[in-house]
This record gives sequence, structure tokens and C-alpha cells, in this order.
Amino acid sequence: MNCDVCKQKTATVFLTQIVDGKMQKVNLCESCSKEKGVTDPKGFALADLLLGLGASEEMERSGTGQKCPMCGFSQADFKKTGRFGCSNCYEVFSEGLEAMLKGMHKGTTHTGKVPQRLLKARQHAEELKRLQRELRKAVDDEKYEAAAELRDKIKHLEPGAAGKA
Amino acid sequence: MALHNILAESGEWLSGDGPQSHIVISSRVRLARNLRNFSFPGWAKKTDRISVLECVKPAVESLPEMGDAYSAYSQDLSALEKQVLVERHLVSREHAAKGVGSAVVMNRKQTLSIMINEEDHLRIQGIRSGLQLKNVFKLVDKVDTALGEKLDFAFHQQYGFLTACPTNVGTGMRASAMMHLPGLVLSEQINQVIQAVSKVGLAVRGLYGEGTEALGNLFQISNQITLGEKEEEILTRLNKVIEQILSHEVNARASLLEKRAVLLLDNIGRAYGILRHAHSMASKEALNLLSCIKLGTDLGFFPEDGRLIVDQLFMETQPAHLQKSSQQKLQAEERDTLRAEIIRTKLSKFPKPDGKKAIERGREERKEKDEKDGGVTE
Repeated sequence: MNCDVCKQKTATVFLTQIVDGKMQKVNLCESCSKEKGVTDPKGFALADLLLGLGASEEMERSGTGQKCPMCGFSQADFKKTGRFGCSNCYEVFSEGLEAMLKGMHKGTTHTGKVPQRLLKARQHAEELKRLQRELRKAVDDEKYEAAAELRDKIKHLEPGAAGKA
Repeated sequence: MALHNILAESGEWLSGDGPQSHIVISSRVRLARNLRNFSFPGWAKKTDRISVLECVKPAVESLPEMGDAYSAYSQDLSALEKQVLVERHLVSREHAAKGVGSAVVMNRKQTLSIMINEEDHLRIQGIRSGLQLKNVFKLVDKVDTALGEKLDFAFHQQYGFLTACPTNVGTGMRASAMMHLPGLVLSEQINQVIQAVSKVGLAVRGLYGEGTEALGNLFQISNQITLGEKEEEILTRLNKVIEQILSHEVNARASLLEKRAVLLLDNIGRAYGILRHAHSMASKEALNLLSCIKLGTDLGFFPEDGRLIVDQLFMETQPAHLQKSSQQKLQAEERDTLRAEIIRTKLSKFPKPDGKKAIERGREERKEKDEKDGGVTE
């Protein structure tokens, strides 16, 4: 039997926890059990470990038999490998993913770097929204000269603007 | 540039001239990136892996940082060459196992290495001597930005950069420092440190990463969390912990010198004796003994000009490096004999360890410090 964490080495440490009559089992190899602090029963939180592993089981229950339409990856494949098939899998198997990520990370929302391409697109979209808000306000205030100017700017920013102008 | 030219020179990170490099051997940062609309390498069919490779490799090679780069398809590298790259931390063990459909591109200084089709489509890795995670990050960040303009990276509004393994999703960043911690090992504080570190969401691993032993008192400290924190936040937190471990190691050494000088003298003396006179030595034993000599050099038991020799022996006695230098395939036993011979030769001019001065100096420093501290409180 292989270790549930690294999935490579043979499991030599077997943990069983019964909570509300529900039994959960975890099999670990020696190095993973050390890494998780299992050798020290005081410092070891079974719940933390199970959160991650349990979540993948939850994922499996939530959509059994579902396959990623892009790469053909299934839930069973995830259970086996602990890896996804392609970037699209994150959408297909989103149910249960959140719980799993929560167990592994500090949150479930990325707050770091955004690729330059997307950043530009995002800034562009925000600028467009801002101009549209200003335009509405200008029209409401009957400032038609300013409104005309804003309308031109918006036209310029809108997709395919170059052709229309 | 041919591989043997690159390998003839030791990497920049081995020169040992970075900040705090006596204890922090190297700083490493890697970013995992994938292309949209392609299966991850572990799931992709061979033809898909090759299409990704043929799209990514030219983009990587055209980076200004890769001006005099070495670039190779995995199938064109021999098992020995791959192992040499693993020992230098320029490719991972996982990448070394790949064949057709994977490649590696690295710069001449061996500070930047990009693995194509490892677990993810791209693994952008920077490595430098000493504690300088932020500088290393700057380098890989710049490379990532440049590549992001040419390649369509898989990025999710909520989850960030998407990776094959959900443990890497978000920043896709794993930053680590390789630390030499004989003081904490000898004073039996290392397990406490490891447990404390793992409680704050960081990992401690052995010499070659996940699931490897801590040989030669070398430990890798790295972040585990990649989602929910900014890159800078992760690096700052990691850096803080590394600095703490560093000061614990310095304190452990000072207190060993003061209170357990015999233990130090015995360990370093035995290591010196065995290394100077052994005729067969396995790589594990060599690493552990060389670690004692390195500690001895740090403490002033050995002259400073021997430092580079010891640092280089750490690498030269690794199995693949040994094999490469002998130009022929060696059996394990022959390797052990050759290893012992190289060590004996390199250390032949090494004087006996002299701990007296260091121990006295340690006592004096302690006394001065106590007097000074006493003076302040009065």
C-alpha cells in the first residue's frame, strides 16, 4: 500500500480516527509521517492532514464520473496522481476544490502577481467603465460638450474602435 | 555553448561569496507556469508535449538573460550529465527522469535554469550564493514577465497561476534556502527548530528536496503556501525565519565552543583523521565528515584559505561529479576508492585542527559581552 501523501513510498504508519461514528483512515510512509509530525502525537493535528485528504474524497463524491471536456481527465485520475490534467480542470472540478485549497494554503484567492497581458486588459476595462460613468454624469448634468468629448474617448477605447472611426 | 564547457566551471552559487554564505549556502526561487489550452506534461500525450516544447523553447532561448545559454533536449543528455545537473540543483530529480518532450535551458553563470515540461510546462528557477532570496526573485520575476508577453500562461481570476499540482497554485512560487546547520545538530536542537518551522507553514527538507535525507547537516527551508499571499509577503516571512535559524545556529556554535568544546574538538578531529586517512568512502559519509571540516573552518580551527577546497569537495565527491571527473563508468566500490583518494589529495596540505585559539577567543568574547551587558544595567 502506498503513502497517501507522496503516493510513492510504501506506507508504514497507519492512522485511524473515529469522529461521530465516522471512520477516517490515513496511510503514510515514514518520511511523510515525520514531515507531518505524526511521530509526536502532541504536535500532530490529524484534522489538518485529513482536511486535505478528505477534501479530495469530497471532490470525488461531488461529481463522480465527470470528465474534463478538454483533456479527458477524471476525478479518479486526481485521486491517483494528486495532479490535474490541464488548466481547464480547475473549472471542471471546482466543486470540492475550494475545501482542498483551504487545507493547503492561506486562502483561496490569489493576491500576487498578475500577468502583464491580463493587467493591461483589466486596466483597459476599468478605464472604459470609469469613462462611461462620467459620461452618464455629464449627460445628467447637461454638460453636453464634456459628454461629447467622453463619448469620443469611449469610442476610441471600445473593441474594434479603430475600424469604426 | 556546449554542456561540458558549462560544467567545467562551477556555478556562481558554489563560489560562496553571497551574504551570510558561511551558513546559508544558497538561495533558490522557482516559478511554475503553464500554457493555456494544453494538458499538463504529466497528463499530455507525447505529441502535445512536443508542441508545447517547440513553442516554449524558442521563447526561452530568445530571452536576453539567456544570451550565452546552454540548451538541450532531455533525450540528448546522458544519464550522467543529468545527474551532474541534479547535483548542482540546476534540474530537479523529476526532470532528470524525462526523455523526449522535455528540455532544459540554463545560463552560463548557472544562476538561471528553465526546465521545460517537468511537472509543469515551465519551471523558471534562479539560484545564487548566500542569503539573497529577494535578488533571486527579482531575476525570475523579470524573466517570467518577459515570457508572459510571448506565451499565453494559464491564469485564473481567483486561483492565479494554474499548476498541475494544487499545492503550487496561485503564485506558483517556491522559494528556499539551503542552510548548513551543524551547530543545531550537535547541540540536538535541530528537531525543535524543524517542528517550529513547520508550524508556521514552512517546510524543512534534505539536500535534494522532498523526501530526501538531511546529509552533511544541510537543510532546505522553503515556503509551502502559494495561494492567498503575495510573492513579497511569502519572501519576507521566509526570510525572517531563515534569519532566526541563522542566529540560532550562530548561538548554538558559540555555546558549544564555550560549554562543550570537547564535543566540537572530538567531532572535528575525528572527521579530519578519517578524511585524511580513509581509502574507501561512501558519499553520505563524505558529506557528513566534510560538514565537520566546514564547521571547523567557520570556527577558525582551520585556516580561512582552505574554505574553497572544502566547499568544492562537497560537490566533487557527489556520485555523478566523481564519475564525470574520472571519464569512465565506475562501480560503487571504485567510486568510494576514488572519492577517498580525491579527498586525501585535496586535504593533504590541510593543517591539523587547532581549536585552542578559537575556544579562548570565544571565552574572551563572552567575558567582554558579559562585562558590557553588566555595565549597561548598572
